[in-house]
Amino acid sequence: MTRNQITHHLTDALLMAYSAGSLPEAFNLTVATHLSMCDECRARAAAFDSVGGAMIDGADTVELAQDSLAATMARIRAGKPQRETPVRRAGLFPAPLRDYVGGDLESVRWRPVGMGVKQAILPTSRAATARLLFIPAGAAVPDHGHRGTELTLVLQGAFCDEVARFGPGDIEVANEELNHTPVAEIGADCICLAATDAPLRFRSLMPRLAQPFLRI
Amino acid sequence: MTTRRETENTDWVACITAIRDHGDEAAFARLFAHFAPRVKAFLMRSGADATLAEECTQEVMATLWQKSHLFDPTRASAATWIFTIARNRKIDALRKQKRPEPEELPWGQDPEPDQADVLALQQESDQLGRAIAALPAKQRELIEKAYFGDLSHSEIAADTGLPLGTIKSRIRLALDRLRHAMK
Repeated sequence: MTRNQITHHLTDALLMAYSAGSLPEAFNLTVATHLSMCDECRARAAAFDSVGGAMIDGADTVELAQDSLAATMARIRAGKPQRETPVRRAGLFPAPLRDYVGGDLESVRWRPVGMGVKQAILPTSRAATARLLFIPAGAAVPDHGHRGTELTLVLQGAFCDEVARFGPGDIEVANEELNHTPVAEIGADCICLAATDAPLRFRSLMPRLAQPFLRI
Repeated sequence: MTTRRETENTDWVACITAIRDHGDEAAFARLFAHFAPRVKAFLMRSGADATLAEECTQEVMATLWQKSHLFDPTRASAATWIFTIARNRKIDALRKQKRPEPEELPWGQDPEPDQADVLALQQESDQLGRAIAALPAKQRELIEKAYFGDLSHSEIAADTGLPLGTIKSRIRLALDRLRHAMK
């Protein structure tokens, strides 16, 4: 899972916001899935967590309830000991994504969106949308722009757009300035996890009409 | 000052190890006295009222005990680890959302980390703490708002000149070793 040649990484602003906990759930999911595949970004995220640790260590204090420690000990005694250690399961999806899908690739409930492209919207808060995209080898996702930020993480295969080539583990951070037409490479179907915090803006008429229907 | 803080950080690590290995309640009480009032303050600044903040603080500290076997002092200081637990509890309690976390790294055969690695990471955590304390007030406030409040990511200035590079490479090294141990 970490043997991917990842060349497109997350920005500092996104990593810091993920660490601070201020991103919408769909973005958290996409960031967590990328971090599961990318040691470089995992280390950078941990550095930002250290900033949070230093902030809490140097923070002011608030008085606790009188029985606070005793009440906490009671919680500990009432709770079950958790001695399980993490196990890595084989499959395409890293653990955070598997949690939202309810399984691996075979559990995804795809819906066709035309021209062989399929999508599955994942259950997150409404502030942003996370979806899995299936782009058949050689096919294109309609030309579109974004009103907000769009993160696209490649899980399998690869796509190219006007910016670059994105392979497994790579993440594209697109903002309002970018209008792009991602095209899946010949050879393998491309599966991506994408998060958007505003509806995509398609430039040709057909997809725009379909937009409310597709929820993209 | 420097020596005292360095002792403190590695001391917290020893406390968590004592909880993990012996269920040491005295060690837990020491951690609790230092961190619980700070966790509560963090939660209240994020918008929790005193009752909710107290409840969540107790849950965070109980989680520290229950998950003490997952703490890795070559990758985080006690404060950093507690911050991540408190942050996740905050998202859960205040925003009613799940917090997706990266897939856990599986452990190697040797559960005892190299003490030199532990010391190095803990010292760099100290260094970062001092660098943050030394920032101009306005910059520090911005970071404080980003971490304690609910500031959106576009409002956060990432370029603060903090020595994140060193701590990043240290954590990277710990990850590399972990991966290597798995081979």
